[in-house]
Amino acid sequence: MKLKDILFPLTVWKRATQKPWTIKDPLNDRPGAENYRGFHKNDFEKCIGCGSCEEICQNNAIDLVPVEGQETTDGNSGLRPKIDYGRCCWCALCVDVCPTGSLTMSNEYTWITDKVEDFRFIPGADETKWQDEKKGYKRSENIQLINYDRVEMFEIEPENRDKSFIEIVKGYNKEQAMKEADRCLECGICTATCPAHMDIPAYISAIREDDIENAFRILYETNPLPEICGRICTHRCETSCALQNNGEPLAIRWLKRYIADQIPPERYKEVLGTEHLIDPDINKKIAIVGAGPSGLSAAYYLAILGYEVKIYEALPDSGGMARYGIPEYRLPYDQIEKDINYIKSLGVKIQFNTRIGKDISLDQLHKNYDAVFSGTGLHLGRSTRIPGSDNKRVYFATDLLREVTLGNEIDVAEKIVVIGGGNVAMDITRTLARLQNKKYGKVNVLATSLETEDIMPADREEIVEAREEKAIIDPGWGPKEIEIKNGKIEGLHVVKCLSVFDEEGRFSPKYDEKQKNFFKADMIVESIGQGMDLSYLSEEIKAGLKFGPRGRIQVNENFQSDLDWLFVGGDIIQGPDVITAIANGHLAAKAIDKFLTK
Amino acid sequence: MIKNSESKYTNFIADRSKYPKMENGKAVIDLESHKYTKLWQGPQHPGVTGNMAVEITVNGDEIIKAKTHVGYLHRGFEKLLERRTYIQGFTIVNRICVPEPDTNEYCYSTAVEDLAGIEIPEKAKWLRTLNLEMSRIASFLMWIGGQAGSLGMGTISQWTVGMRDFWLDLFEEMAGGRIYHMYMIPGGVRKNLPAGFTEKAKDLVIKTRNLLYDVERTFFNNAIIKSRLKGLGIITPEMVDEYGIVGPNARASGKPYDVRMNNPYAKYDELDIKMLTSTVGDAYARAELRYKEMHQSLDLISQILDRIPKTGEIHAKLPNVLHWKIPAGQTYVKAESTRGEHGFFVVSDGSKFPRRVYNRGASYTHAISVLEKLAENISISDLAGLMVSLHTCPPEIER
Repeated sequence: MKLKDILFPLTVWKRATQKPWTIKDPLNDRPGAENYRGFHKNDFEKCIGCGSCEEICQNNAIDLVPVEGQETTDGNSGLRPKIDYGRCCWCALCVDVCPTGSLTMSNEYTWITDKVEDFRFIPGADETKWQDEKKGYKRSENIQLINYDRVEMFEIEPENRDKSFIEIVKGYNKEQAMKEADRCLECGICTATCPAHMDIPAYISAIREDDIENAFRILYETNPLPEICGRICTHRCETSCALQNNGEPLAIRWLKRYIADQIPPERYKEVLGTEHLIDPDINKKIAIVGAGPSGLSAAYYLAILGYEVKIYEALPDSGGMARYGIPEYRLPYDQIEKDINYIKSLGVKIQFNTRIGKDISLDQLHKNYDAVFSGTGLHLGRSTRIPGSDNKRVYFATDLLREVTLGNEIDVAEKIVVIGGGNVAMDITRTLARLQNKKYGKVNVLATSLETEDIMPADREEIVEAREEKAIIDPGWGPKEIEIKNGKIEGLHVVKCLSVFDEEGRFSPKYDEKQKNFFKADMIVESIGQGMDLSYLSEEIKAGLKFGPRGRIQVNENFQSDLDWLFVGGDIIQGPDVITAIANGHLAAKAIDKFLTK
Repeated sequence: MIKNSESKYTNFIADRSKYPKMENGKAVIDLESHKYTKLWQGPQHPGVTGNMAVEITVNGDEIIKAKTHVGYLHRGFEKLLERRTYIQGFTIVNRICVPEPDTNEYCYSTAVEDLAGIEIPEKAKWLRTLNLEMSRIASFLMWIGGQAGSLGMGTISQWTVGMRDFWLDLFEEMAGGRIYHMYMIPGGVRKNLPAGFTEKAKDLVIKTRNLLYDVERTFFNNAIIKSRLKGLGIITPEMVDEYGIVGPNARASGKPYDVRMNNPYAKYDELDIKMLTSTVGDAYARAELRYKEMHQSLDLISQILDRIPKTGEIHAKLPNVLHWKIPAGQTYVKAESTRGEHGFFVVSDGSKFPRRVYNRGASYTHAISVLEKLAENISISDLAGLMVSLHTCPPEIER
């Protein structure tokens, strides 16, 4: 033993006089770090109740529950996370995965309460002392646990498409579809929003599993027109997709198209298991008026239930507005055929060029069939009724689009103005641009609408693509008068539109009469909405029906009218929208089955 | 054989007549003879390094036989991981060793990245290295407190555990948690360093060094400590291979093996780092080696702080983690923890969940077979010191 070893330890006596490191009240004196994973906070303004937090939690500490004052809307489930601190491990994965960034943590260290139930709380709803704390753990922009960037869709270049009606969108290949499908959060908000309540997370999951046949079966559970919907659906699912809160929504429509494109027509029956459908026990006949989406949907679901179904169609081909209202570059006719041929192959008969009310009366159908479903659609145009709109060179968009599909020649003018800001207006604008390009080698078509560009009802990509095709979109103007000289159109006088709707959301445009503009044109197309033609209803039948606002036939939740044998659905009830029409047809088919078998 | 002139055991010749007879290599202990007493050190005992127990048979105050018992701490981590998705795993693995969770996080995350074929960004590698070294210093500060405490010197524990809290403050700023950092996740790390972190960390390095000098004066230049630790629990170089001893326990017996240098990972190959070894192999030598490694860690932290890139990504883009499937395969990832080589063997069957996650920590050998061997013929009062000198961590034995 050395003397040094006895004396050396004594040299640190100085430590006895040092200020101690421990602090008396660490709870108040020392706040948590900026990033500290303390207690949960939830910003209800941002939260959409998608449940990603619940899904990622490895302890099942999070439960989505209804909260008073939170309503279910499109894109918002109305549910909010409830957290159980008996299970939480404060890993903050819920915060990292939250697509809206609403869920965060405070930098609070302690929470003392004598009631054990308090530790199961709903952040944002239950009062907490840290709810206004700014510091704490938040989702970092540096890490991405979910891919927010959409897989790009290949589209034909504007210069290769502006003279023809070739389909623009080319569709995903397998690799792209699987990558896109991987982005899905499986929250199901889309399913709630979709009028047909398609099981979107399930078919997207089947794409990830590369089980296309199963995905196809899931599509047909709620939608018998997947090729049509996969191209031109109004995709409310995408506008409500949780991913759009931090990036681009999932390309649900293109994924649906991918599934339908993979199955060749000859395999439909085998995949869907509809090879033997005959049910002699039912022996009931249904007539359907109109071979549009709602009629086809009703026909399909009735046919697989074993009914004998016949569709009467006024036009020479099936598809309704999907064929006669939507240009071929968005929805090629062979794809419509693919969906419809399968429905026909199940025994559904379609009689073309037969207008009900003219060739056969509705009463006759009532006599010959057990039930009738009518989905006659919105084929009439609506006029602005401004001075000059009665000129022969003022057209309705729906009429022109129908003529193009029928293959009839259109007298395309050199300078055209389209009035309207919806998808139909874009359809006719782009169709006319193509026809002008073919005829004159240049485009001179201008579309104008009351709505400014940010609130134009048309899809964003429609506006962008129309501009790519050299059409001019100049929104925010109210049409005042069509100037006519010697019976010939000179152009359209417009004034600045300040607002379209009043405070209660009713249509009531306000103008600034001082700001004027004049669009030169030889031809004007009106595309401000569509009307229905109910002339096929005889007075007798009309007397038995109830009519609601805008002349719509009143039906119950099963689309049954006051005449119990007559079911009505599609655009004339809830339109115009293809997926709503399909959903109507499906519900009506189920109701007809119930009506006839009760 | 290692000789140590200062050892109290050097010239000690045991009176074999008092010892139990050996039959077929096993001691026959007849408790009825009243020559022996059975005692339990643990599972609740201040001298035990966690929830484990050593069943000792003593003759007087000399240990004749020791047997390690575990099972008090089993939380089934490996099984739990089979029921968690790949991203959820990182929230569990850090709990395998409380004083040093980051080695587990590193190994697990790297194993997942290996299987999924993900290359993490440069900056993330630097931040991971910093995190690992900070975790080493925090773990060693706790250990030296335990080593001194087990010999009755509570002062050092108060100093070093207090200092460790300042390191935990840094972890809190860096990762958002003091004990379970959950900083390294598959794909990289979760957060960038906050503003002012480098300065705070450099200050703390100086503060810790100053404390360590005081520890050196009081602990290593202390007649009592020397007489208690020198010659205690000698690990011979032959034993290192025979028992599979790793880490400072092996290096103190002359085995130059440190995963950071033998199989460099993260950014260790770019750092100025030297293998530290000793040839004595007793508890004192191990303590001294760990003391030097603490200075080494502080030095590495300073080096890393100077070299972390100012800009750059910290996390590689992952596929959607909610349904992340990893191709079938298997991988073994190892890293140097303060106790030695720490490894994760992960098997994927191509599904959302790992088929098997196997974790092997150094304590498995050190606390069971090595401790049982070294505890023989020592005094009861030295058992706690011996156990801490092997730096065992029971949670690592029971995953």
